Amino acid sequence: MYSGYAVPAVALVVVATVLVGAFGLRISRTTSDFYVASRTVGPRLNAAAISGEYLSAASFLGIAGLVLVQGPDMLWYPVGYTAGYLVLLVFVAAPLRRSGAYTLPDFAEARLASQAVRRLAGAFVVGVGWLYLLPQLQGAGLTLTVLTGAPDWLGGIIVAVVVTAIVAAGGMRSITFVQAFQYWLKLTALLVPALFLVLAWQGDGAPRNAFDEPAAFREQRVVRVDDTLDLKLDKPLTVTVSGTVDGRAYEEQRLDLPAGTHRIEQSTRLTFDKGTPVPRADPASGGGMSPSRAENRAERPLYATYGLILATFLGTMGLPHVVVRFYTSPHGVAARRTTVAVLALIGGFYLLPPVYGALGRLYAPELTLTGDADAAVLLLPERMIGGVGGDLLGALVAGGAFAAFLSTASGLTMAVAGVLAQDVLPARGVRHFRRGTVLAMAAPLVASVLVGGLPVADAVGLAFAVSASSFCPLLVLGIWWRRLTPPGAAAGMLVGGGSAFLAVAATMADFPGAGPLHALLAWPALWSVPLGFLTMALVSLATPSRVPAGTAAILARFHLPEEVRAEVKA
Amino acid sequence: MSGFVAGLCVAVLPLLAAGFWLGRRTARPESLGGLGTPVEHATFQTLHTASLAAPALRAGLTEETARKSARRLRSLLGTDALCLTDDTHVLAWDGVGAHHRAEIMECLTGPLETGRGEAFPLTCDAPDCTLRWAVVAPLTVDDRVHGALVACAPRESAVLVRAAGEVARWVSVQLELADLDQSRTRLIEAEIKALRAQISPHFIFNSLAVIASFVRTDPERARELLLEFADFTRYSFRRHGDFTTLADELHAIDHYLALVRARFGDRLSVTLQIAPEVLPVALPFLCLQPLVENAVKHGLEGKADKCHISITAQDTGAEALVVIEDDGAGMDPDLLRRILAGEVSPSGGIGLSNVDDRLRQVYGDDYGLVIETAVGAGMKVTARLPKYQPGVHSAGRVTRE
Repeated sequence: MYSGYAVPAVALVVVATVLVGAFGLRISRTTSDFYVASRTVGPRLNAAAISGEYLSAASFLGIAGLVLVQGPDMLWYPVGYTAGYLVLLVFVAAPLRRSGAYTLPDFAEARLASQAVRRLAGAFVVGVGWLYLLPQLQGAGLTLTVLTGAPDWLGGIIVAVVVTAIVAAGGMRSITFVQAFQYWLKLTALLVPALFLVLAWQGDGAPRNAFDEPAAFREQRVVRVDDTLDLKLDKPLTVTVSGTVDGRAYEEQRLDLPAGTHRIEQSTRLTFDKGTPVPRADPASGGGMSPSRAENRAERPLYATYGLILATFLGTMGLPHVVVRFYTSPHGVAARRTTVAVLALIGGFYLLPPVYGALGRLYAPELTLTGDADAAVLLLPERMIGGVGGDLLGALVAGGAFAAFLSTASGLTMAVAGVLAQDVLPARGVRHFRRGTVLAMAAPLVASVLVGGLPVADAVGLAFAVSASSFCPLLVLGIWWRRLTPPGAAAGMLVGGGSAFLAVAATMADFPGAGPLHALLAWPALWSVPLGFLTMALVSLATPSRVPAGTAAILARFHLPEEVRAEVKA
Repeated sequence: MSGFVAGLCVAVLPLLAAGFWLGRRTARPESLGGLGTPVEHATFQTLHTASLAAPALRAGLTEETARKSARRLRSLLGTDALCLTDDTHVLAWDGVGAHHRAEIMECLTGPLETGRGEAFPLTCDAPDCTLRWAVVAPLTVDDRVHGALVACAPRESAVLVRAAGEVARWVSVQLELADLDQSRTRLIEAEIKALRAQISPHFIFNSLAVIASFVRTDPERARELLLEFADFTRYSFRRHGDFTTLADELHAIDHYLALVRARFGDRLSVTLQIAPEVLPVALPFLCLQPLVENAVKHGLEGKADKCHISITAQDTGAEALVVIEDDGAGMDPDLLRRILAGEVSPSGGIGLSNVDDRLRQVYGDDYGLVIETAVGAGMKVTARLPKYQPGVHSAGRVTRE
């Protein structure tokens, strides 16, 4: 899909983001009326901002891709991404706001009065932030490749440069407005094309076999294989080949492939007939990609599903860019209301990607072969509607996708850069924050060039797992358990988060390859979260003399509504 | 392959960081290599052990600090057992023979009364206990006995008596320093309380005069102004909490400006540019209002035409940046520097230097006011307020929508 409209659409989104960021404040708040000027951010605006920052490439592209490849089981992803806010609402939102903490390290310091725990929390913020930034950059690369045929790394670099420039220049002056704008932009960019796509689907006679196994080609389709892959056939397959199959070269020849595994070399063109079932494909070993973890999911679906649920439910509260937005709420009650509104906004948004996934299974099933399943959302408008209309809708989706990369990446970069500038790099000052910004973006950019191929939604899942095993115990026990001690918190974060982090590293390095151990490492949350909680509780119980002195007063501040506190003090 | 490399990097980076940190923590300055004679080495060892014991003692004499320092002190004296007591209890016992606690406390009453060191024999039934002698050296702070250092040994030794006395004197010095630290903290707290801004008597007088002038001509306006005045004074006279939120402070500034406008009419105009993200920031109570008051004074001073004041608050990540700017008479930078340094007392009010002092007290010296000014060029005052600072919580009323 090389559409002439996509590039202007992406450019427009970037420019609009910069403009709203730089001038939103000026337009909205230049007044001599104190009442207007000192009005706090309402729950709805703040919720739109949080949603805008939260809905990342994984939500925008990844979920549709997973549903396309794996079918309806993958609906646990949107459920998990949304339900995380329910846990946040019930256990964390209001006390966290009342703690007065701006970042997670601030919270650690406010609760435990320990610089060491603060620094450790800072390190984990950087780790989680980098893990989360990585798929954003990869997603941007993929989008640009699909849209314009540019090389893989270009999109990531564009997003990195734009975000670094905006953040370092202090351009996100009215960040709440920018992020709220991004939410509505993303919603529009998915909703409008989805309406047209559903109409097109209706016009096509509303075929309902989207989740038949296996998916089948609805019309004759030419598929170009970019990376060498192994085709696994359960039944014989008839296909027209020009290229190399099983080591032999063909030129526009019809070929009957018997059941079994066949190796398709790169740059081979396969033409499938109408009604042919889509074969399963594995990227060939040594092909430069880690095997899709989704393949292994099939081996232990139940375990993987529970791992995913635990990671997303408990990981949301520890995402650095989400936490800082709660500071904007004026008090604890507003923080709760904000979270409820976030649940509504995100829940509404997540109805859309599965629609794309299902339609993708009907109309673009070959994406499972080429490994570009994440591109389904981008390709569908052109595929199903075509013409200028399809191009325009495609451009809209592309713009929305870039909004997703920009908003999440800028929020994460600010959070990571803030921690780097405050707790890691030596001196302080504005220029110093800029150095932090560059460092915050450079590491994931280098990693994104090095690591290819991890599916976007999976990579985000790993960031969630680390966050769930390190920050969830810290926040939940810190807010609800008065016997938490600094050594306990440090040990729990190190053991829980550290083990999840090592599991992530092993998965990325493709260490055990396959089998039960691989599944355990690929979905660490199910064991690393209880491990983190247990370590934190046990070490805290073992060091009762280290309970911080003002714990009772601190917990009272976390839990008492602000009015009550003011009355008590008065 | 590239995936493997990247995973490896991800795995190795935290290990490197942890190793670096551990290395820095455990690096011992005593590794002097082959430098120095054995005597110098011994001296250095002793000083190093003493310096390790010092930080704990600097927090005063409690069970925890005693436990932390007793181990170091025992290796300094080279005895089998060492204990630190206050005037009633054994705080920490390091080494063998902890069953002597009660016996030692009984023998301590004498030395604790007189403040003199003593050595006395121990009686023991336990067959494997080697402790036969205890040397007591009192710990005194300002000539008052706070506790004692007791060193136990198998035999009587004059060297040990002398050494224990010297160590006890050194510990006493550390405890005196701890006492000094405490008084310094109390002093700072008292200073913060004393620095708590007060509204200027001139302002009260001027406001009442303005309101009085409206009572006959425009009673409704006079009533409104009185209410503004009541709101402002209630805010500034409140007694609970040293901190407020930026939103509340802005409301107070609004009341203040309403009263000022009543006096100066059209001559004063104000623009505000407030990022809503920074409204919940906690800050020292009444630390922006004096800046606005200052701007009004400078803006209207010595000229008959209009004055414009702009107040902006920006979100800069972990900090809020508040800028208050006027286009008035400005000030000689040297004079301003001397006023802020406390060399010259300013003509009216203590606004700027008071705010500067309080910001530095609360947030540290990095967060003082930044003032840009010149004669005839107006004045721009910039304050940086961290969004989070330990111990800074607003206790103000909650602004409801």
